[in-house]
Amino acid sequence: MAINVDLVGKRYPSQTYEVGREKIREFALAIGDPNPAYSEVDAARALGHADLVAPPTFAVVVTRGPQIAVIEDPDLGLDFSRVVHGDQRFEFTRSVVAGDVLTTTASVGSAHTRAGSDFLTIRSDVVDHTGTSVVSVFATLVARAAED
Amino acid sequence: MSTHLLAADVAVGTELPAQSFALKRVDLVKYAGASGDFNVIHWNERVATDVGLPNVIAHGMLTMAEAVRVVTDWCGDPGAVVEYSTRFTRPVPVPDDDSGATVDVTGSVIEILDGGRVRVDLVVTCGGVKVLGMARAVVQLV
Repeated sequence: MAINVDLVGKRYPSQTYEVGREKIREFALAIGDPNPAYSEVDAARALGHADLVAPPTFAVVVTRGPQIAVIEDPDLGLDFSRVVHGDQRFEFTRSVVAGDVLTTTASVGSAHTRAGSDFLTIRSDVVDHTGTSVVSVFATLVARAAED
Repeated sequence: MSTHLLAADVAVGTELPAQSFALKRVDLVKYAGASGDFNVIHWNERVATDVGLPNVIAHGMLTMAEAVRVVTDWCGDPGAVVEYSTRFTRPVPVPDDDSGATVDVTGSVIEILDGGRVRVDLVVTCGGVKVLGMARAVVQLV
């Protein structure tokens, strides 16, 4: 089944994520990055951040739930068993920091079929508790053409 | 946020200190737990090879996280990264041994943008094979 291109622009219910210091520390440890701004509040504040700063790609943790809601939309027709991660882009208004209460709204950014493969770009717009933009995350998934 | 690195000190062609990152199976397990991405191709060799992969492969987002350290260590403030994007062109197979895979990252300033911003392009390889394509970051300097 080809991907449903009519769903471009469809927005999904927003989800809220509370950014904790220990989650940032855990993520930094998992990527093996000893940058003190990820683990020591004083180091982060010395750089001008309100609290521990999250590594740039931590935004995927924040947007994970909303993205899954898109992927699992039965109307979309994405064959997840054939999916590979095609590309990824982050556009920051500011860094994610500990203490943030973030709300993410995911939408279908683009969807098309080329050479039998389906391309889906999920756009996730992340705002803080005041509604101000923090980061927009774009993930393109590719469902490879079935081999007949 | 900005950095201690001055825009005046940076020119097109400025090279960032290169780094290499070792990825072992345990690192993939740690990343799965921290990120919530439990896709079996990142930890189960039987399933990975069944779907045609050479081995268990690293999460693309883990490789992307390692690569940007060349930028954040260079500029001093992770918050200075205002854009970051890549394509995932080749998988990073991670063998079940004591050394795992090694990801090599180099970067250089490609363009000076308005407002003290610079564009950095990264070259990210594993065993001499390019694993990320068009990996680039925009960095806000002072």
